[in-house]
Parts: sequence; C-alpha cells; structure tokens
Amino acid sequence: MSLKVIGKSRRRVDGRSKVTGQTRFADDIVLPRMLHCRLLRSQHPHADILEINSEKAEKLPGVHLVLTGKDFPVPFGIMPVSQDEYPLANGRVRYVGDPIAAVIAKDEQTATAALDLVEVKFKVLKTISDPQEALQTSEPRIHEYGEHGNIHRIQSYEFGDVGEALAKADHVFDDVFFYEGNTHLPIEQHASVAAPDGEGKLTLWSSTQVPHYIHRALSRALQMPAAHIRVIACPNGGGFGGKCDLHNHEIVVSRAALKLGRPVKICLNREEVFYMHRGRHPVLMRMRTGVTKDGKLTGMHLQTLLDGGGYGSYGAASTFYTGVLQTVTYELPRYKFDACRAFTNKPPCGPKRGHGTPQPRFGQEVQLDKIAEKLKLDPAELRLNIVAKPNTLTANWLKIGTIGLAECIRQVVARSDWKNRFRKLPEGRGVGIACSSYLTGAGLPIYWNKMPHSGVQLLADRSGQITVFCGATEIGQGSDDVLAAMVAEVLGIDPYDIRCITGDTAITPVDLGSYSSRVTVMMGNAAIQAAEKLKAQIAEAAAEQLEVLPSQLLFSHGKVFHPESSNKSLSFREAVEFAEAKFGTLGAVGSYSPPRAPGRYKGAGVGPSPAYSYSACVVEVEVDKATGWLAVPKIWIAHDLGRAVNPVLARGQVEGSVYMGLAEALMEEQVFRRLPPKMSHALVHKIPSLLEYKSPTSLDMPEIDTILVEDPDPNCPFGAKEAGQGPLLPVMPAVANAIFDAVGVRIDEVPITPEKILRALELKAAGKNPRVGPERFPEVPYPPSTFVLPPWENGDGKETKRDDAVAVV
Amino acid sequence: MMRLPWFDYRAPRSVAEASKILAGEGPAAMLIAGGTDLLPNMKRRHQTPKVLVSLKGIEELKKISNGSGLNLGSGLTLAEVVHGKNIKEKYTALYQAAAQVATVHLRNMGTLGGNLCLDTRCTYYNQNHEWRKAIDFCLKKDGDICWVATASKRCVAVSSTDTAPAMIALDAKVRLEGPSGGREIPVETLYKNDGIDYLSRTPDEILTAVTIPGGWKSTYWKLRRRGAFDFPVLGVAVALKFSGKVIEDARIALGAAASRPFLVAKASDFLKGRTLSDEVIAEVSTLVANRAKPMDNTDMDLYWRKEVADDFAGYALRELRGDDMREIRLRIARHAL
Amino acid sequence: MAAVPQHVHLKYLVNGEEAPVSFAPYKTLLEVLREDLNLTGTKHGCELGECGACAVLVDGEPQLSCLVLGVECEGRHIETVEGLADGGTLHPLQAAFADFGAAQCGYCTPGILMTAKALLDKNPNVNRDQIKEAISGNLCRCTGYLQIFEAIEEAAKQMGAK
Repeated sequence: MSLKVIGKSRRRVDGRSKVTGQTRFADDIVLPRMLHCRLLRSQHPHADILEINSEKAEKLPGVHLVLTGKDFPVPFGIMPVSQDEYPLANGRVRYVGDPIAAVIAKDEQTATAALDLVEVKFKVLKTISDPQEALQTSEPRIHEYGEHGNIHRIQSYEFGDVGEALAKADHVFDDVFFYEGNTHLPIEQHASVAAPDGEGKLTLWSSTQVPHYIHRALSRALQMPAAHIRVIACPNGGGFGGKCDLHNHEIVVSRAALKLGRPVKICLNREEVFYMHRGRHPVLMRMRTGVTKDGKLTGMHLQTLLDGGGYGSYGAASTFYTGVLQTVTYELPRYKFDACRAFTNKPPCGPKRGHGTPQPRFGQEVQLDKIAEKLKLDPAELRLNIVAKPNTLTANWLKIGTIGLAECIRQVVARSDWKNRFRKLPEGRGVGIACSSYLTGAGLPIYWNKMPHSGVQLLADRSGQITVFCGATEIGQGSDDVLAAMVAEVLGIDPYDIRCITGDTAITPVDLGSYSSRVTVMMGNAAIQAAEKLKAQIAEAAAEQLEVLPSQLLFSHGKVFHPESSNKSLSFREAVEFAEAKFGTLGAVGSYSPPRAPGRYKGAGVGPSPAYSYSACVVEVEVDKATGWLAVPKIWIAHDLGRAVNPVLARGQVEGSVYMGLAEALMEEQVFRRLPPKMSHALVHKIPSLLEYKSPTSLDMPEIDTILVEDPDPNCPFGAKEAGQGPLLPVMPAVANAIFDAVGVRIDEVPITPEKILRALELKAAGKNPRVGPERFPEVPYPPSTFVLPPWENGDGKETKRDDAVAVV
Repeated sequence: MMRLPWFDYRAPRSVAEASKILAGEGPAAMLIAGGTDLLPNMKRRHQTPKVLVSLKGIEELKKISNGSGLNLGSGLTLAEVVHGKNIKEKYTALYQAAAQVATVHLRNMGTLGGNLCLDTRCTYYNQNHEWRKAIDFCLKKDGDICWVATASKRCVAVSSTDTAPAMIALDAKVRLEGPSGGREIPVETLYKNDGIDYLSRTPDEILTAVTIPGGWKSTYWKLRRRGAFDFPVLGVAVALKFSGKVIEDARIALGAAASRPFLVAKASDFLKGRTLSDEVIAEVSTLVANRAKPMDNTDMDLYWRKEVADDFAGYALRELRGDDMREIRLRIARHAL
Repeated sequence: MAAVPQHVHLKYLVNGEEAPVSFAPYKTLLEVLREDLNLTGTKHGCELGECGACAVLVDGEPQLSCLVLGVECEGRHIETVEGLADGGTLHPLQAAFADFGAAQCGYCTPGILMTAKALLDKNPNVNRDQIKEAISGNLCRCTGYLQIFEAIEEAAKQMGAK
C-alpha cells in the first residue's frame, strides 16, 4: 500500500493558528462579567491551620467571594489509591505553596491585595526535607495513609532468583546513582476559566492534558452529576506531564463560578507553577548487575528511593516506573526491583516526560559504560550484543513487539564516526553512547475499567466535509495533526479538509489524555477503525453507482474510483452524497483498548504497552580540565518510532526531547533550601523563577543529527510508535559517558555541573577514585519480594512461592 | 499574572525638572529609565514607590560624543552602547560587557545608567513577596537576618552589573546631577560594599553621563550558566596600556564577587612595567582570585566560582597579550564577541 | 493614593492602526494589549523579563511588553503577531514557522516571530549565528530551537528573493 499522507512532511493542520496568534490558550479566554481568582498559599512547609479569618478580605471593595477548605469537604487525587489532596487545605498544609484560601475579585490586582487581608493562624509542625529523613522520622506523619510512617509506597518484585544470577556472574557491578528532581517548565502558566451556562451547568476551560480525568474528578469534588459538567482542554502551551494532574485551582474556580453565577478565571504566576510541580522525582538508586565476561547480563537488582513531595499525585505509578521498564531494552534473564516513595514537605512530584524511567535509565546506561570499560569492550558493541529480541516476553512479563534499537545504534555509531573517535579523541574531548526505550501508551487506565482508552467519532455529510471528534488533547505534540492524517489516509482525502474537534468532554468521545505517549497509537487506532467503517459505507454506495464491487474501489486524492476504468470515478463528495442517500445520516465510531498484558501477578498492570519505542544517542563533549567547564558541540540521536506520521513533527518531538534531556543533564534542578533549623523552619523552593531555574537558550543548544528509524509495529496505526518521550532518556547518560571518555572521571548523578567535573578531576589528580556521586544507599525496609518466574523458567505470569520456584529451577 | 503596584507616573523633559520632582517627592519617588531592573522588583514588591519619575523622555541623557574620550549619556540603551561607533574597537571591555547583559530585548530597553545602578542581587532577595514571607524575609528587605551569612550584620547581596567592572577597568567617571549642582566621580567610588546601601549616589542625585578616557586595550570576561539571560556570577575586566610589550598602566576590576564591583589594585600595580609572560599572568591571576569572595547567593557553586576566578583573569590577560582566545570565548560566552 | 487616576486614556498605533485605549495606569503594555485591546496573541510566561514570550515590536525594536509601562506608549508604534500577516497572506516567517515545525505548542511563537521579524527587517542576509543570537532571549521548551533556526533561514531566503 502506498501512503499518501502518512510519512510525508507537511505543515501541521493547526499550524496556521499557531503562527497567527489565533490558537486560544486558556488564559486567552475572556468572558463577559468574568471575575478573577488568586490563591493564598501556605508560607509554612508543614503546619496545622488553627483558624482562618477572611472577614477583612471579604470587605475589600471589589472582592466577591473568599473560599477556604470548609467549602471543599471532598478530597481528590489523580490515582484512586491516593485521594489525599483538598482543593484548599483541610486543616493541614504540607509544603510551601499549598493552597489555603481563594479570593475572587473584579480583577487580579484587587484579588492580590485581598490575599494579604486573609488572616491564618498556624501551628507549625516538624518538617521532612528528603527521603532519608522521612525513613528516620515516623512522626509526625505527613499523611495518615500510606505504608507506615512517612513512607507512601514500598514494594519489591523479583523475577527469577536474582541472588543466584549475581552469584553465578563473572562480574557484579554495584553502583549508586542519584538523579535530581526537575520540573516541566511549560512556558504557558496553568490557567483555567470556569463558567456556568444558562442552565446552570458548568463549563471549565483549562490548560490540561487530561480533560476526561478532570471531568470525573470535578463531578466528585463538586458533588455534581458529570452530565452537568463540561471540560474543555484548551491547546496547551507546553505540557511535558505538568498538566496531567488534577489541579487545586481547577476545582476552586469551578466551585466559585457556580457559587457566583459568573465566569471565574485563574492564571498561575510562574512561582505558583513551580509549586504545582508534579515533576521528575528525585531518585536515589542502587543497581547491582551481574555480567558474563563477554558482556551479557545475567541479572539485575535495582533499588530505588523516591522523594515524593507532599502528596501522592501519580506517585504510585511513578514508583513502579522507576523499575518496570528496565527489562525491555536489553536481554535480562533475571530481575529484582525494590522501590520506595517517601513523603516530604515539598511540592508533590509526578510524571514528567519519561515518567519515572529516566532516573534508572541514567543509572543503567552509565553502569553499562563502566562494564564495557572493565571488560574492555566497545560500549556500542556491548549494547548491540544484548539488545532485546523482537516479539518476546521480558523477565517481568512485558510483551515486546518490534525493536529498531540495533539499527538505532548502528546509525548513531556510523554518523558520529564513533569507531574513529571513541577513546581516540584528544584529552578533553570525548564521545559517549547510551540507549533507551519507552512506552507507547500505558496498558491500563488510571482508574480500573474495561472501556476503551480512546474513542473517535466521525461526521460526514453531503457537503463532503469530514469532522473528527476525539477527546485527545493537543499539547503541542501534534495530536490534532495525527488525527487528521489517520482519517485522511484511510479516506483518501486532504488532511486540511478535515476538521478536528478535540478535548471537549461534552462533544468528543472519551480519550484518556495526552500522557504516557499514548495518543498516536490509541487515538490513531480508534481513528482508523472509525474511518474504515465510514469508508465501507461510502464504498458500498459508490460501488452501487459505479456498478463495481466495493472491494474494487480505491479512495485517493479526493476521489473514489475503480483503478482500471477511468470512467468509474466519483469525487469524494459525490460518493458521500450517495452514501448519505443510501444509509441516511452518516457517522462512524472507532475505539481502542490495548491488548491484554500477559503478566498475572499483582502489580503487572504498570509497564505493559502496545509497543515500545527505542533510541540510541551519541553525545560529544569538550571538557576544560582547569575549570571543569563543559561544552556539548554535537548530539546524534536515532529513534525507532515505527513510522513517522509527519516527519517534520516527529523530528521536532525527538529534538525537543534531546533539548529537555540535555537540560536535565546539565543544569535543570528543582531544589530546595532549608534554613538553619535553629533559626527557622523554612523549607522553600530554592529558585522558583524562569531566570534561576535554568532552561537552555538558543545559544546553549548543540547541533543535533536526528535519524528517524522506521520499523513499523503491527500494533500501531500505520506502524507508528511514540516519539515524544523516549528520545529524552539516553541523553543524560550519554553526556556522563562522554565526560568519562574525555577526561576519565565519572559523574554518577544528574545534573552534571562544571563544579562536579572539577571536583572529580581533582580527585583523579590526587590519585583517588575519580568519581562524584552519592556514596551509599540507605537501609530501606523493603518488604519480601513478590516472586514471579520469568517466562523462560516455566513461569506462568503469576506470583509463585519462592520455595516452589527453587524446586522448579 | 504578576502585576505592578499602583504608582503615580511623571515624565519630566529635563534633568533639572526630574531633579525638582525627586526633591519634592522625597523617598516616595524612584527614578525609572529602561525599567528592566525596577519593574520586576516592583512586581515582587521589593520596591513600591508612590511616584515613578521616568527619565525616558529626557533627550540630553541620550547623547553620545567623542572627544578626548567617550562621553555616554546614561539614558542610552545597552543596545545603543553595543552598536555605538568605535565602541567595540576602542572600548572593547564595555562593548563585551554591554553585549552580554541579559538578552537582546532587555538590551533594547535597559539603559547604561540603569545597569550601573542595578540593584544588588541575592537568591534570598530576588523572589516574590510570598516566597520571602516563607523565609521571614531577609536583611536586605523587610527582615532582620542575612540568610547567606547569618552572623553578618551587613547584607551581602552581590553586585551584578556587567558594565561597571568594565567601566572601572577603563578608568571611567560618572556624572551625578543633584539639586546643589553636579559632580563627577570615578566609577569605582560610585559603589559601596553594602548590599543594601550599595551606591554613593544620594537619593536626589541623577546619574547623567559616563566619561571614558581612550587609549586602553581592554577585555571583559563574564561567567554565567547560559549564553543569555543570566547575570554574571563572576566578571573580570582588564584594561592595559602598552609600550611595546611592556605594560605602562593596568587596571583590573572584578564584578559579581562582592556587593560592589571593585578595582584589584594590587594586581593592577603588579602588572606595571612587566610583560605578559605566562608566569606574570599566573601570578596576577592569583592576586585577582584572592580578592574574589563569592557568597552562596547566586547561581553556581560558590567554591567553584572562587576556584575559577584565576582562570578567568588568565583568559583576559592572555587575550590582551594577543593569544587566540576565540575558541575558549565561544565555549564560555556561546557567541563571538 | 487619591492623586493617582484610576484610568488613563491614551492613543497607541497598533499594527498600523490608531488604537485609543483606556486602562489602569499600573498596567504594562502586555496587560493593555491582552486585556484592554483584546490582542491575546501576545503571550506571557513570567512577567519578569525572564522568558521572552511577551516580545512585541515597539517602534520596530523587539522589547518585552511585560516590562514596558502602558503609560509610556502614547503614540508609539506597537507591532504584535496579529498584525504580521498581510491580510490573508502569511508573512514569510509565519509560513516557514508553520511548515518547518518551528511552532510546536505555539506559545513562545508570537514572541519569536516578532523578534525574528525585527532581525530580518534590518538584514535579511542573516547567518545561523546571528539568528541564534537574535532569539536567545526567547525561551522555547518544545523544539530545541533547530527547526526555528531553519524556519527563520527559510523566511530570510523567501524575503531576499522578493
């Protein structure tokens, strides 16, 4: 089949709006009689609220309403297991920035002035600033739920006897790594507008990646039927995972609008966006890996400790994601994974591009570099030799489909002239390689149900127009363009003739949202199914007119025709007319649910995906030995995305991922300051500003050689896998590995800053271990493992008693 | 959206008129030129002047004239300074400093006078009002303790102007006009080593012009994380006069290493009568670095900033010796200068 | 505070048209454009001069509207993204940005377009280094900038060819 739309570089279907300033982001919405909301946020990292007096604020001219925790009795949370947040604090604040009260006024200026008039009495509580402290401090508990003390989640899984695998290995590598937290930093600050309609029903426009989840949550939070609530996801000015959660302000303005009978808007300022966070978890890791002398992995034991911040957010999933995908890149016969997420008095962490997986990926890829060094193997060759095989199961029962990783490695090796440069460049210059894999959509929804993950509805009428409805959310990644492309390809029409209506819970079928790189595969498959159904109807009607068999007709270039007889042809519009006459009003729906995953143990739900994408990356660095100053002149990245739907956009996703990965590698960090505890109990975000939280500028960006590797995956629409998250993952370890090639020092933590490089160089000069990174992994009370036998050890995907397992082996 | 507090806006047409308003309003008034420093501060409620006296409409502050040296009006934008005739060639340090301030947009807005009078900066201070409330404020504004150095009675906020060290190295003078007439002082004496009271300018004085003598071969090296936006976390400006290869006169100034930019007299004196051998450069660089006393109140690790000060002094001196420093410059500044 | 007027009445020249406007005098040009002239094409990311999203042209020069006082713009020529196209025909920069993937989420796009317009208005024969320098005050979180560089180069080519 020759494709007409898919695979061709085109202007995206929503491109014109974006360059004319007509794309309407949430804060661009202005409604008659609209009021403005601002939130009073906690100045204390951990405190009980004894009393709130809002009388003075209420009396300020121009103030319409003040809301507090009393107005919101129902807790919320994105995960059913973590319903631990209140829109406004219910007696307890857990981080500096936790919302306490809301003022709704005629304008922001007045609302801001009124915030100062809200009087709050606090009882300050002891604070916890990091997971180690959380492990040692069981009281006070930041939350009453969770495992125990201040541990939110703690778990252990073992797939085959890893102790034995390590014991039998030729070498065991034991490393501790640390990955600092960082945040999404979309340039668009979160905004929401809530408005009651004429019937008293509520509409919420919001910068959200998950309108469906917001819809469900609002119904619960407002105790109002979902049928009376409409959530419209505006195009997001960047998401990166930061707009995946339910946010306090979305619920607050909804309640306010209903109470006041008027539209209410909120737009967070930049500092508040840092407090909203839900970004990359800081993760401390210990990784013990057994290898044979020729570089095959025999087993791995990974332990992770996550700094969760003050609330659950997506943390239950994030905790799993720090381990579950370690198995899909390389052949790993046995695997053990312990994870623990602790509560701390900081803004909650959640999903950021790569959700939970960049941290262990950094560790694994740096460790592989150490393994190659020790075994005197080329690190690219070592990886090529252990790439996981297509159409196999992993030790933890994930089903892998296509794998273009070997080709990715070969591409970056060839294009970077790796063989002539690795360990051969002059002192101070180096190259490093790393690989990665990522999900193409999470196999399970956030709440348990058996319904489709994505639905698409098509409207066609006698005018020849096609309108596509889907709940998917355009966050800049090009989801509208994918939707139009899929339908256009099937129906043989121009994608620009298709109207996309997306992200509106009142009129679009449910799609779970723009997260976990799920949109192209799930929405795309649903769109194809809907379009094929419509096509069949049109073909049947057209065939009748043209006196041919429906199966003989082709749909292409806006025509429906018999390829061998030139007079047997209709325009697409004519064909639709005949179809409408024959079948009545036309419409078709399609839906998609991911295939059932083979794992049967409790916890097997996190990790499965219809397909996995793969990336390989080579980074070149220049290190100044006197100062540790690091420059990155060039990056090569090859990404196996199955097939590029629109190559210009796919390339943009890959390069944007490289940008963000490089930023995490070099400079971004969401870090906190605790003032001397004897003098103050302050625990604040160190740098909540766009100036001091460093995002690279155009002058800081290296040249990138982007290679799209296409190995179409049968589970994916026209074979297209994801491209928006996976290519971020190999960048950080490739930087670290390149630094080792350049100057022979190991930086086992992220970000990699000049001062750390210089410190390592000084250690090297002093004859000490030339490494900067965490020294040790603490004692974590992981529970006994859930033991599951890998498929190749006669496992059945279910939990096994360890004694039985030993007997089987 | 972050918004400004209410203020009354005045737009005088002459320095004399501006002076009069300033005198009449007293401490409730503040001068505003480009606004790129003051307006963010006002949005964060560091300053809430009742009256803003804009210097934007005063033509006499936008003059640029060449005579025995260069005379620059304080109202020139940094972009105008960067593109000023002969400035790149003859007053290289100033060009390099001005060209590295913030971003293209901010250089189109911010003025030379504004950059010289830039408020001192500190990561405990340059925060929203809400954030500062969470640490119970600090010595510089509304609080009692300097959180950078809790035993310090003095605010240690850091001078973050790029142009001042360049001006000091170039031996420039600033003109201040006040109600009782004007005075001209060396740029280094404009500053005091106090994060709060960091200027010797009196509140009723207006910085109107800078005069820079010619004849210096100069350079400015700025350390910061990114190629744009960031304030310096170290600035080294060096100006030399040569007689053949022998240094006749030398001025080395440091920025972002204390609450004021300052002349490193010992290092400057040491250079006089010497040639720029590797040994001399190493020695001078050490002398310069010894004077850098970075605090933990900016971006990047303070010990590291201290450690690389001699490297940066070395870069500057080697460049003035005629070494090809373009590659290192490009790696550090991210653009050719 | 009694002396401070609640509103000022001024006249701007916005995208070539006279625009009388009345606003609270504490407002910046950004707020006046978005809230009082309903020109929401100009975006904001920090309102402190730290991102470049709000860049517009003031008398032909790229400036950050979040740090320009509204009261200072009487009679000034303000150009925003809404005025960039020639009627229904996109400016070459707009066309190239749309075609080359230079606008992903599109949020930083208006600021970058206006900044690039000022660059190319001065000199359409720009090289990559000049482009990098010119837009280094505009943060983009989506693209990694490369497709933006390419789009500006393409527009420069188109404009030079005219």
